[in-house]
Amino acid sequence: MEKKWAEMSPEEKQESLFQRWLSPKDPAGNDIKFQSPQAEKAYKERIIRIKDAIQLKKLPDRVPALLLPSFFPVYYAGMTPQEVMYDYDKLNIAFKKFLIDFEPDVNIGNVAPGPGKFFEILDYKLYSWPGHGVPPEQCYQCNEGEYMKADEYDALIEDPSNFFSNVYLPRVFGALAPFQMLPTLTGILEMYGVAFNFIPYGLPPVQNALKALMEAGNEALKWVGAVGAFTNEAIGLGFPSMWGGFTKAPFDTIGDTLRGTKGVMLDMYRQPDKLLKAMDVLTPIMIKMGVNAAKMNGNPMIFMPLHKGADGFLSDEQFRKFYWPSLRKVMMGLIDEGIVPNPAAEGGYNSRLEVVRDLPKGKTLWMLDQTDMIKAKKTLGSVACLSGNIATSLLELGTPQQTKDYCRKLIDTVGKGGGYIMCNGAFFDQAKPENVKAMMEVTKEYGVYK
Amino acid sequence: MAKDVVSSLSDLKEKEVLEIVQDRLRKNDDPLKILDDARRGMEIVGKRFASGEYFIPDLIYSGEILKQITDLVKPRLTKAVEVKRLGKVVLGTVAGDIHDIGLNIVDFMLDTNGFEVYNLGVDQHPQVFVNKIKESGAAIVGLSGFLTLAFDSMKQTVDAIKEAGLRDKVKIMIGGGQIDEEVRKYTGADAYGKDAMAGVALAKQWTGVK
Repeated sequence: MEKKWAEMSPEEKQESLFQRWLSPKDPAGNDIKFQSPQAEKAYKERIIRIKDAIQLKKLPDRVPALLLPSFFPVYYAGMTPQEVMYDYDKLNIAFKKFLIDFEPDVNIGNVAPGPGKFFEILDYKLYSWPGHGVPPEQCYQCNEGEYMKADEYDALIEDPSNFFSNVYLPRVFGALAPFQMLPTLTGILEMYGVAFNFIPYGLPPVQNALKALMEAGNEALKWVGAVGAFTNEAIGLGFPSMWGGFTKAPFDTIGDTLRGTKGVMLDMYRQPDKLLKAMDVLTPIMIKMGVNAAKMNGNPMIFMPLHKGADGFLSDEQFRKFYWPSLRKVMMGLIDEGIVPNPAAEGGYNSRLEVVRDLPKGKTLWMLDQTDMIKAKKTLGSVACLSGNIATSLLELGTPQQTKDYCRKLIDTVGKGGGYIMCNGAFFDQAKPENVKAMMEVTKEYGVYK
Repeated sequence: MAKDVVSSLSDLKEKEVLEIVQDRLRKNDDPLKILDDARRGMEIVGKRFASGEYFIPDLIYSGEILKQITDLVKPRLTKAVEVKRLGKVVLGTVAGDIHDIGLNIVDFMLDTNGFEVYNLGVDQHPQVFVNKIKESGAAIVGLSGFLTLAFDSMKQTVDAIKEAGLRDKVKIMIGGGQIDEEVRKYTGADAYGKDAMAGVALAKQWTGVK
């Protein structure tokens, strides 16, 4: 099996992953049973529809209709983010209701809210979540900071794994602070002196951290049991899971949670070579992250949230020098393994379209937010499937008629000839349900290709 | 050293401008003159940002350089710097939202364009805005928000300003990732700014500056 995979072309690999997506299995490797023949038919049609839109070879039967919300299903179900982060039954109820009521072509899954108790056990510092820094009725938000200091690039470059375990994790998880004392595992080589490496594991703070780690593991298992059950139930109902996993642009890996926005921006001036070198080191790691997830979950779609490359955040020169080369390498690394990268460019990407179209045709799916879609269709759209552009403000403040009109316009222009998937532009929390419904309805009726 | 503070700073030459400042301080140059040069340099940075030549990283970097210049010069100051200001602006991210990057960029741009900015910070409740408007007498209010929940917080803040009887005394602008004209109408603000420069243009327009 392993050898066969290595011999396949990227196209064959992609086809193999699509086939696995089409024949979903549970974690034990058994086929997931559909609740009805209609559900099975709908499931397969949905994947084929998305596949056709992405590959730009065949016109799909209609424009696929996706909904990729943030906390909207939770508010729609009349619950608070705090409730679903701590009560996994409620989490499943909310997201199931959302799927059944709106019937999008995919299930975004209910992983995003995350397990509240798990974050508590580890004393997660990187985010404030309901009851821990933000009110119960609001979603979690990131606490930006320099979790990696400006003078720590060498440590990251020399040994990224050790930097994460002994420096970064102790900073973002309060309960893991004692891990700063842990040995470098690559020093454990032979009998002489080997026991020195294990001394830290005898120290009470490290032992407490290990206990917290086990407790966190238990909670993570409990949570994944619940979200996994929902995923499989949704498949049984005919809703394919949107993604096999996620990975990031190396610039964002550094800029989002290691150095922070300000940190990474200053590094472009003060230590550009180290920043570039660190991104080189992270590139294969980001590829592996996406490849492993896609293979494990039998789903070719890998989500890539793009942040710091949006219009205005970098000059064209900076984008071409610091952002795009490593992002492209990650995307090509994924494509070579048969994966469909699904970058989500929140904000505007107008100034990037000419640069990012340097990709093989029919291999990627771009989620765009406030980008000029007509312009995007003419540029990036010639090599990639586009999605998105339904504004958060339209969904929250507009009317069903306005929503339908906007969707129709997108179907007529960007959807022309295929290569477009109806979708919200940014991950939304609040929206008028009737607008969300209108968006799905009009796409399923008006979006049919004749 | 032929280079001067104004051009070195506006060209973002960190080492060079700090050397010039240290050199001028060694020669007992008037610290107020150095600061005035720095201010002029920052004005050029602002203009370049407005014209699309500079981007967010350039603003952040220039701010960092300016901070170092101020730190060098401050111990030499004998009297406070008096700068003529165009007007006062109360600025903050609305309740429930802790995003600050956009907020601080707008603060920076208003400041370099001659406005006196009262930056309240993130997650600020409507009453905090009302109190600051009363205390400062500011005629312009800027509400920032990145999340969709900010739409409601902005509306509540505008309502609170109305209830405090201040609505006709202030002009209110809003801004943030998902903000557009629809959101402006919903919140009852006077205008929305697509980016920091739009915010500056609004503030100038409202204070009658050309």
